Amino acid sequence: MMRYVLSLLLACMLWAVPVTAQDGPLRIEITEGVIEPMPFAAPDFVSDNAAGAELGRQIADVIAADLAGTGLFREIQPEAFISKITSFSSPVQFADWKAINAQALITGAVSVDDGGKVIVRFRLFDVFAGQELGDGLQLVGTQAGWRRIAHKVADQVYSRITGEAPYFDSRVVFVSETGPKDARQKRLAIMDYDGANVKYLTESSSIVLAPRFSPNGDRVLYTSYESGFPRIYLLDVGSVQRRVLESQDGTMSFAPRFGPDGQTVVYSLTRGGNTDLYRMDLTTGANTRLTSAPSIETAPSFSPDGSQIVFESDRSGVPQIYVMPAGGGEARRISFGQGRYGTPVWSPRGDLIAFTKQSKGRFHIGVMRTDGSEERLLTASFLDEGPTWAPNGRVIMFTRETQGAQGRASLYTVDITGRNPRQVPTSTGASDPAWSPLQD
Amino acid sequence: MDFRAFPWRAACGRRKLSITTDKRVGRNDMKHLSKVALLCAGLALAACTNADRFDDTNTVDLNGAGAGGFAPGSAQDPNSPLYFQQAIGDRVLFAVDQSTLSPAAMGTLDGQAQWLMSNADYTAIIEGHADEQGTREYNLALGARRANSVQEYLVSKGVAPSRLKVVSYGKERPIEICSSEACYAKNRRAVTVISVVPTS
Repeated sequence: MMRYVLSLLLACMLWAVPVTAQDGPLRIEITEGVIEPMPFAAPDFVSDNAAGAELGRQIADVIAADLAGTGLFREIQPEAFISKITSFSSPVQFADWKAINAQALITGAVSVDDGGKVIVRFRLFDVFAGQELGDGLQLVGTQAGWRRIAHKVADQVYSRITGEAPYFDSRVVFVSETGPKDARQKRLAIMDYDGANVKYLTESSSIVLAPRFSPNGDRVLYTSYESGFPRIYLLDVGSVQRRVLESQDGTMSFAPRFGPDGQTVVYSLTRGGNTDLYRMDLTTGANTRLTSAPSIETAPSFSPDGSQIVFESDRSGVPQIYVMPAGGGEARRISFGQGRYGTPVWSPRGDLIAFTKQSKGRFHIGVMRTDGSEERLLTASFLDEGPTWAPNGRVIMFTRETQGAQGRASLYTVDITGRNPRQVPTSTGASDPAWSPLQD
Repeated sequence: MDFRAFPWRAACGRRKLSITTDKRVGRNDMKHLSKVALLCAGLALAACTNADRFDDTNTVDLNGAGAGGFAPGSAQDPNSPLYFQQAIGDRVLFAVDQSTLSPAAMGTLDGQAQWLMSNADYTAIIEGHADEQGTREYNLALGARRANSVQEYLVSKGVAPSRLKVVSYGKERPIEICSSEACYAKNRRAVTVISVVPTS
């Protein structure tokens, strides 16, 4: 790592993106400062044949979109290039890239072998230091999976420059929405984090809500009205086979979330009009009641170490956020601001809790420390809700619904500094996103 | 009784033996309608064809069939599902965040309880709903509270608990789609959806 630390690039990005807890996990000055995105060049990856050349262009495009999409980088358009990269192994003409102010340069080569295997090699250069940043890497994949290779390259670039864990090679499970507000059709769907490769997981015949990934991304928990009543289903992402989790007649179960062991599920169960939290062992089906209060207890989320659960309760009169031991027991309230708080989600880093806040007729996505301090609102709109964390804990995706009879739900992302709000492209309305872990 | 033999039933062609005119039926509208209905015996057929659209029902030919009496199953037949839905009122409304029953709601539910007691062939699912303010999860729980308030009240008036089920739709099934209090007020509701016990 030392050689990177010496680089001007990294020094610059360390200022823009705090790595760890040197002077506190939150450095709010970032939201106030003007960040100048780092200019980079990602010329088409070179290839020795036509099939590879097309792929080389597409891969460079996806890498550029990933990096520019963070708001931390700015792509220099190819029209501005002085040098052309024609060979992966030729020396880089740093002066030509300096002249157009490309601080980072990504070069690569693609070849497609006889078996249809795609082999991608890439290098990252610190143009102003005139040297390579990190070692060149080779990635192998299938032609159908070329986007994943591109995301993996972008992940490498992002990590090397920011010192952060990456998140581009990840997926999002969400609810696809069509039809008018009073007759909305909902289907479970899965896509790449950037909106590509959408695949539907359920039919639209019953309402589905709030899917959640297992810790390794192989399964999804969600709520469906398939039986006429809200029940929790467990779906295998690979086979798309699903099963309902056992529940008693006359009850409703919803708001499920996996524990970090992938075997424990925490969820809300409503009986006789009262909603409490329970945990279930997926292997044995055994249930443990975690709360016993006449108030509403819902939207539970485990801490990454599995020791605690953050949840929403209106025991004080209005919904607020509480933390309790994962086995149940005394809960302490952590939200104390004006307004109503809901849908808390523990960051994968463990340092922050994202939430939905409703205040003065507006909705916000916000983050706070796990003790409730340093609350910061990242968004504001008619209706923002349901945050989910990028695998590296730096970006939050959420649902934004527009107002009125034509209201439509879409997915947005925002950096935890509150910068770089962006809509995630989806062909239908979309809600209730859940971000997967980084793929292998 | 043979529910399916009623003329309005045949004209309706609904998929299930249940009444779910879950659209744009304000309580005031229903009261107004029930008065019109008492005057006009031919109303039921039209109301059934599209019970959601009161413009249509109000243009029914007052000289139509059935004048002077009422057709079994029509909104004038006190044992009909239409009567339950329109004359008594199949829904009660709630204040923001609340699940307590207002005096008006209790009045409606007294009528519902009475109807259910004298029409033992029917069971009901009480659907609790919330307006779009609030998170999805919270609204699911809130809708359940509302449905439960209705269930408890009906049971306290003598309806057997085994005939009543509850479900919450949270904010998933608004009937009014504007984003203002006028619509929200109608969406914060619990609807008693009745259906005939299957005879097997």
